[in-house]
Amino acid sequence: MAGLGVSLSAVLALANKRLHVEEDPRIDLVEEMLPMANCGACGTAGCRAFAEAVVAGELPPGKCTVNTPEMIDRIARFLGVDAGTQERRVARLACAGGAHVARTRARYQGMQTCRAAALVSGGGKGCAWGCLGLADCQEVCDFGAITMDEHGLPVVDEEKCTACGACVEVCPRDLFSLHPVSHRLWVACKSQARGEEAEAECEVACTGCGRCAADAAPGLITILNNLATVDYRLNERASVDAIQRCPTGAIVWLDEDVGAIKGPAAKKILRKNPLPLG
Amino acid sequence: MLLSSLRGNKTFSHGIHPPENKEATEGQSIRRLPFAPVLIVPLSQHTGAPAKPIVRAGQEVVRGEPIAEAAGFVSVPMHAPATGVVERVGLARDARGDMSPAIVIRPYPAASQHILYGAEVDIESLSREELIRAVQATGVVGLGGAAFPTHVKLSLPEGKSVDTIIVNGCECEPYLTTDHRVMIETPEDIYKGARIVMRAMGAQRVIVAVETNKPDAAERLCASLPTGQPFSVEVCETKYPQGAEKMLIKALVNREVPSGGLPLDVGTAVFNVATLAQIGNLLPKRQGLIERVVTVTGPGVRKPGNYLMALGTPLRFVLNECGYRGDNVTQIILGGPMMGTAVASPDIPVTKGVTGILVLTKEDLPGVDGRKVYACIRCGTCVRSCPMHLNPSELGLLARKREYAEMVDRYHLMDCFECGCCSYVCPSNIPLVQYFRIAKAVSRKRKANA
Repeated sequence: MAGLGVSLSAVLALANKRLHVEEDPRIDLVEEMLPMANCGACGTAGCRAFAEAVVAGELPPGKCTVNTPEMIDRIARFLGVDAGTQERRVARLACAGGAHVARTRARYQGMQTCRAAALVSGGGKGCAWGCLGLADCQEVCDFGAITMDEHGLPVVDEEKCTACGACVEVCPRDLFSLHPVSHRLWVACKSQARGEEAEAECEVACTGCGRCAADAAPGLITILNNLATVDYRLNERASVDAIQRCPTGAIVWLDEDVGAIKGPAAKKILRKNPLPLG
Repeated sequence: MLLSSLRGNKTFSHGIHPPENKEATEGQSIRRLPFAPVLIVPLSQHTGAPAKPIVRAGQEVVRGEPIAEAAGFVSVPMHAPATGVVERVGLARDARGDMSPAIVIRPYPAASQHILYGAEVDIESLSREELIRAVQATGVVGLGGAAFPTHVKLSLPEGKSVDTIIVNGCECEPYLTTDHRVMIETPEDIYKGARIVMRAMGAQRVIVAVETNKPDAAERLCASLPTGQPFSVEVCETKYPQGAEKMLIKALVNREVPSGGLPLDVGTAVFNVATLAQIGNLLPKRQGLIERVVTVTGPGVRKPGNYLMALGTPLRFVLNECGYRGDNVTQIILGGPMMGTAVASPDIPVTKGVTGILVLTKEDLPGVDGRKVYACIRCGTCVRSCPMHLNPSELGLLARKREYAEMVDRYHLMDCFECGCCSYVCPSNIPLVQYFRIAKAVSRKRKANA
């Protein structure tokens, strides 16, 4: 037995010497400077893979959206590369149709997840494009950045959001998308229904009336399929002018300090309780 | 001979025996429903590319006139279900809850509603390719619920051949009796249609399969069997899902469709009886599919029965005609209770794939709201019920962890055809088939995005 132990340990010792793989020690050090969220927002399989890519010079340290600017800077200085920071991006929801403004046509009794509801007649929500409100996005968010408000709509905490894209993937209605924080003009609606039909289902729907398109810089906003669509390539020309005459408040200006601002012409929503069924 | 009689009726292994609930409608002959004030014809009632509209708002159409053309090979045309005027071509709500393009027709109340379109054709003179094109022109799709274009099924890929055509009259879904009534009332049309698909596919024989719970249908089919044709009628055990095509092939000809494969990989093709009845009726006249038989049943309607209705009839109209008990209804299901889907709006139309409208009341669905889901106790009941011999228990555990790739790669998720046996038998109330539908939807989306 002892002989067997000795000989096997000799084999192991030999293997350790012979099969040793030289690894860049900087990978471990860079990995220690990463947040270890393993979220995949950078496009690699996890933080270890990201560290390898950064050390190999394939990705800039700033590609990690979860890390703090100080740590990104430290990694950049440590490796002597450019930090390559990108503009901060956050997840945004293209729906404002909470239970107090959007109609529910039927009571959904099935599995309480958006994905299940989306497979059963769209879960009873009147609007075929709107948020189902069963919080799949809240559940997948590893950073606790999404909370459901009193009307059943997810609210993104822009401080906590790391733009990992988990909510974008999970939403069966494709309502989330990642945007640089400098995108201030926002259409919080995806309804392609015709004007009065869209409004019959939801009081804050975009009716495709075209007022915002007329008031904004030329080409910035176009009406596609009854829906105002912002061309963010022209984002530097965006201003609050576009939201001034919006009758429903579907287009908003996301102010850095006070949050979403509706235009003065938008009808006031005073109701707090959910709309009745039907 | 002795052995086969000992084995009893033909069937597959696994499956379940849910209550049939067919008594309310199976004995009633098919009645015609009047035209609704508005008919909504979605352009995508079938699997494949949506049809392209060829009419404009304000245009008058005659019953049976083509109003949309097929957009490619895997697509079928649409025909006007009534004489009237096109109100608009635009978005309308469909059974999935989405808004999809549709043609809305307002029938003329005083029109004679004669079908003026069509021309007599001698089907024996048509070649195989001409037959397939003629089937596409009728707009017929699988009427058993799948709504897959029939002409696509008829077109065999290079190197494939089919020897046996199976005519599916099993109708294993509880409550539904449309196929049952079609078999009793128009067996000649079914045989005419079977003859057409047999010729189009170059098959050698046709087997009509009926479950033991429909002896009158089997009798009628046997009595009207055409002489001198390789047709036969087989009676299968009454079991769910006997009418699923893979189960039926296994039961009748003892062949197993390979994973991810099609019935034609084992030399068979399965057609629903109503599909063939429509082909047998329409194709010799070169007309289009404009109406179908739908079972309207359940405790929520006072006049359950089988109704022949124009495609595009809104559910609201159907329910009013059938004595809808609005007050107590909790669920309206398109299709049967096992594989059908609950609808959220009564304003959606009846389409080619709708087999039944089931209206359930509070008493039928006790505790549907608060049914507690318990942990999997690994009893294996779902494994013993799965007709595809999958492992729903393991798949369910993986689904909870959202391990969708693992489910597809190692546990053959994509072979699940969502019959619902596993959910039905699970003592822990685990919504297994619902998990699998989500998993399949996510996997398909990921594959499409990849």
